[in-house]
Parts: sequence; C-alpha cells; structure tokens
Amino acid sequence: MKFLKYTTLFLSLLTLSAAVTSCDDDDSPSLGAIDMEFENVAGSTAIQLNSTTPYTTAAGDQFTITTLRYYISNIKLKRADGTEFVQPDSYYLIDQGIESSRKFSIPNVPIGDYSGITFTVGVDSVRNVSGAQTGALSPGDMFWTWNSGYIYTKLEGRSPQSSNLNGGIIFHIGGFKSPNNTIRTVSPAMNNNMIQVREGRTPEVHFKADVLKMFTGPNTIRFAASNNIMGGPDAVKVANNQAAGMFTLDHIHGN
Amino acid sequence: MLASNTRRNAKLLVSALIMLTIASCEKKTPQPAAPAATPYNLVLPTQLPQAVILPTNNPMTVEGVELGRKLFYEVKLSSNNTMSCGSCHQQSKAFTDGRVKAIGVDGIAHQRNAMSLVNLLWEPNLNWDGAATSLETQARVPLENPIEMHQRLTDGVSKLQQTSLYPPLFAAAFGSSTITEDNVLKALAQFERTLISSNSRYEKSLVPGGPALTLDEQKGKILFFNHPGESGNSNARGGSCDHCHSGNNYLFTSTNFTTPGGTTQYFNNGLALSADLGRFGVTRVAADRGKFRVPTLRNIALTAPYMHDGRFQTLEEVVDHYNEHIDINTADPILLVSNPTINGSLGLIKLTATEKRQLVAFLRTLTDSTFIKDPRFSNPF
Repeated sequence: MKFLKYTTLFLSLLTLSAAVTSCDDDDSPSLGAIDMEFENVAGSTAIQLNSTTPYTTAAGDQFTITTLRYYISNIKLKRADGTEFVQPDSYYLIDQGIESSRKFSIPNVPIGDYSGITFTVGVDSVRNVSGAQTGALSPGDMFWTWNSGYIYTKLEGRSPQSSNLNGGIIFHIGGFKSPNNTIRTVSPAMNNNMIQVREGRTPEVHFKADVLKMFTGPNTIRFAASNNIMGGPDAVKVANNQAAGMFTLDHIHGN
Repeated sequence: MLASNTRRNAKLLVSALIMLTIASCEKKTPQPAAPAATPYNLVLPTQLPQAVILPTNNPMTVEGVELGRKLFYEVKLSSNNTMSCGSCHQQSKAFTDGRVKAIGVDGIAHQRNAMSLVNLLWEPNLNWDGAATSLETQARVPLENPIEMHQRLTDGVSKLQQTSLYPPLFAAAFGSSTITEDNVLKALAQFERTLISSNSRYEKSLVPGGPALTLDEQKGKILFFNHPGESGNSNARGGSCDHCHSGNNYLFTSTNFTTPGGTTQYFNNGLALSADLGRFGVTRVAADRGKFRVPTLRNIALTAPYMHDGRFQTLEEVVDHYNEHIDINTADPILLVSNPTINGSLGLIKLTATEKRQLVAFLRTLTDSTFIKDPRFSNPF
C-alpha cells in the first residue's frame, strides 16, 4: 500500500517537472548529450593490466602495467562560430581497472554542431585545494597529502630496464604549483569531424590514450634513469609529453 | 480526453502536495499506530566517504539492529551451541580473536586469520579474497562452514523458532514471528553495518584542540603517507603505506570511492606465494595469484596476529616484512620503490630502525578506544 502511494507521488512529481520543463522550452535551446569513451592503448595494442606481454617505448624500453588511471576534467565543446559549451563540474577518473569508468556521458549539451573539443588532463588548481570532494574526486590513492593535491595520471608497472629499483616503474604525474605545474589542457585534432548533437541522437566520441606517448615527444623518458616519478620537474617532462600527443580522437559514432 | 487528462494531472498534483505534507508530518511525529519497525538513524562520520550504498531490500531498523546484535552473540547458531559470531570477532580485540588462524566448533583451524569487523558499510567485497559481495550473503559462510560454526542455517532457524526470546523479536523487526534464513542474515547484516569506528586518537589529533601526536608519531605519520620522493622532493622519505591503506579517506583500506558504493582493489603484498592464492581462488585470473583484499589499519594495534594467515605476531614484524623481506617478483610495484640509503637503512624500502619505530608508533594512534567499549556493540547476554 505504501509502495503504491509512493508510486503515485513519483508519477505526480514527474508530471510536475515535465510541466516546468515545457514552460522553459520557449526561450532556452533544446538539450542533448554526448557519450565519451577512452580506450587506453600502447601504440596499436590495447592495454591489458598485468599482461605478461610487455609494451615497448619508442626508445626501446619494455614495460608492463599494473595500474593506469588519469583524470579528465573541464570539458569544453567548441562551435564553428567560436562560442563554447562548458560542462560545469566535470571531473572523470578513467581507470583501466574499472571498465565502466572508461565511458561516460556529458548531459545537457545544447543541440548543435561542435567542431572542437578541449579538456584538462588532471584537475584544475582550484579543486586541488578546495574542501571535501566527492565522486571522481573522492579522496583515495589519487591524492597526495601534503598540500600537493591530486595525482593526475598514475601509471605503475614493471620494466626490466628499471633494474636499479627492483624492476618497478612508478609514474605519479601531479602538482599544480609553479614551476612544477603538471595540469595540461589538450584539444585533440578533429580531422574535420563534427560532433552533431541532436534530439534523440547521442554521438559517441571515441578517444585513444596512448601511454607510449608519455615517454616520447618533447622529452624522451628512459626507465633506467626515470622510474620513480612523483611530481616535480620530471613529472613536468611527462606532462609535456602527454600534452603533445597522448590523446587522439579516433572516431565518432552516431553522427 | 485532453481535458480529463489535465484534470487527472491536477488531481495527481494535489495528491502529491497532500502526500508531501503528510510525509513531512510523519517525520516529526511518528505514527504510534504503525506496526512497522522504527527506521534506524544511521549517522555517517563526516570524514568517511558519504557515497555508501545500502541495500534497498534490507532497510535498517532499530528492531532489526538489536535483533542482529543478539544473533551475533547467539551460540544456538553453532552446531554444538558453543560458538557465536562473537567468538572469533571479539569487541575488545576490534572484532578479531587474537589467534593465528580462526578455530571452529570442531577444533579445526581455518586457513585464514579472522578479520576485524569495522566500517563494513565501506566494503563492497568481504573476506580476505573478496568472495562475498554483501553482508547478507557473507554471514551464511561462517555459519555453515564445517570448520567454522558447522550448522545449516535452516537448523539454526529451527532452534531459534523454539525459543521464547526470538519469535517476538523477528515479529518486531520483520513483521512475522515465523523466522526465516533470510531474516536471520538480514538482521546480522543490519547489526554489522552499525559497527562504525571514527574516533581513533589520530582522528582526535586532527580536531582543533585535540590531543597532539608525539613527535615520533608525527614522524611516523609522514612516513606512512609518503612515497619515497613524494611530490618531486627527492629528500622525501616514505613507507608508501598509504598507497594501499588509504588514510586520505580515513578508511585505511584500498576501497576506491571514485565509483558509487566503492570498488575493492586487491594487492600482492610481497609474501611468497603459498597454497592460499587469495583472490585467484575467486576469479581464476592468473594476475590475481597471491592478491588479497587490503585489511583496514584502523585498530591495527588490537588485531594481532597479522596477514591473511596470521604469520606475524607484532606490528614490528609486519613493518620488517614490507621494508626488508618482500618477494620482488610478485609484490605490487609500489613496494619496489626504495628510499635513498642513509645510515642504518635496511632492505628494499630502506627505512632505518628509527623510522620503522616511528611508523609503528603512528599505527598505534589508529586505535579507537571508544569503539571497543561501545555498549551498543557488546554481548547482550
């Protein structure tokens, strides 16, 4: 009986909110959504945690991965006329170990054509220092304690080239204070693709994140010398590599 | 048609408003006539993650929790009426038993050490290997396992039904004096969800005006949270403990709360592989060989012996293991990172004897002395 009552209540509230929404329709644009997917790769190989088959960097170092996580935040979509849709409060933690984390939806995107997309790899400096955090920003092992904020990218694994450290490789890329700020904002090339947001049609934007690009680009990282990076100047080198080409737009479904 | 729809909607709207009013009235003055159990006011400590998920089919009630407490300490749930859940999970020892390995009603040792029962609301997976995925399903295992309490739950239910104590308690909690296996498990789970600890000396030290940590404890805290070379500071020394026992969310486990309800993570802590392959036994994934759930360090000074098989008697032995004796071929990579050698450094992580002592001093601040004396969790018999 109680259940029935609440069902009625729920339905009535639904009706109420539908009415409110339709009132707004006259002066605000219709909204759609975009699905985002991040596929983590090493060159042309899909990443598999704890794989026994190693990946090889451009410089020839071999490695396997036990943990791979990174933050994507502050997503902006750009229209051809230069105006932008900025997704408020957008923080996502892509975790290779949690399949559901590699796909997420951006709701309430105004209907239209978007010719560019920009996002931050990491967490903006404001959120690094502001109070209790929830969702993707919940405190845990992507966070440093001593006023250093979030770890933006974490890659851990093993490499035979890292023999001086018992074979481990630890890359914790983070830090928001000058001169070792590792927050990077990227705008992967769209290659003339458009993200077309329409009513009843949700495009899926598929990115590839190539971990090999963390170790090549402006700075070549060799595991014999760099195998325990926890922020600092060496993390800046990796962040610059990430900004230079780790993220590429692979394709868009559903346009 | 349209008009009648509109009228219908208006009616619904009015009824919604009325019901909202009723709902808010109900909150202030509970209806005495209602036979339903009283909702339990579960308070989550603010420093712990708030994104817990409670099962919708087992809402916590005052009567359910109190019944669960009695069942937790009820020896009739064992085959020879000698053991209860509370036998291996003693409040004074933060709900552990002080033994290397748990011993059941027939005197046979379990292959694993009894785990502490604390802050279980924040554990999406239970047991050392994460085999159980809810408290409701977990409890059946120790109740029925031949080397634990060794009694089919259906037999336990019959025993309870014949008492004068339990049928009315089940009626009050679940609306029926006919006891069921499900309701036994639900009540136990409700009680276990109340076992919340949030008042360790470490937490108290963080409150303005709270008792300060000693200098050794403060240094141990830094070693606990730091990785070697933390934040680009090559002089930063650390034990990397926080990597798996996250202190940032005050759970001191590795449950990842960036997903709703949390995700349990499993690690290989560098013990040489033995017959008990941990998580592998659940998943059969090769990479899970020798991985275990990360037990909380809350009340760790009270829960000796340590590790899944109770092999270490003291916290000093545990720290020695991580610092000096890990198997580098199987250990999680974070345990392979060394501090720069300084005078007296030992082993792989290369902490000094003084640093190890400081680390243990900090671990002892994680004891919550109110939790182990809280009368709400004690044996009611």
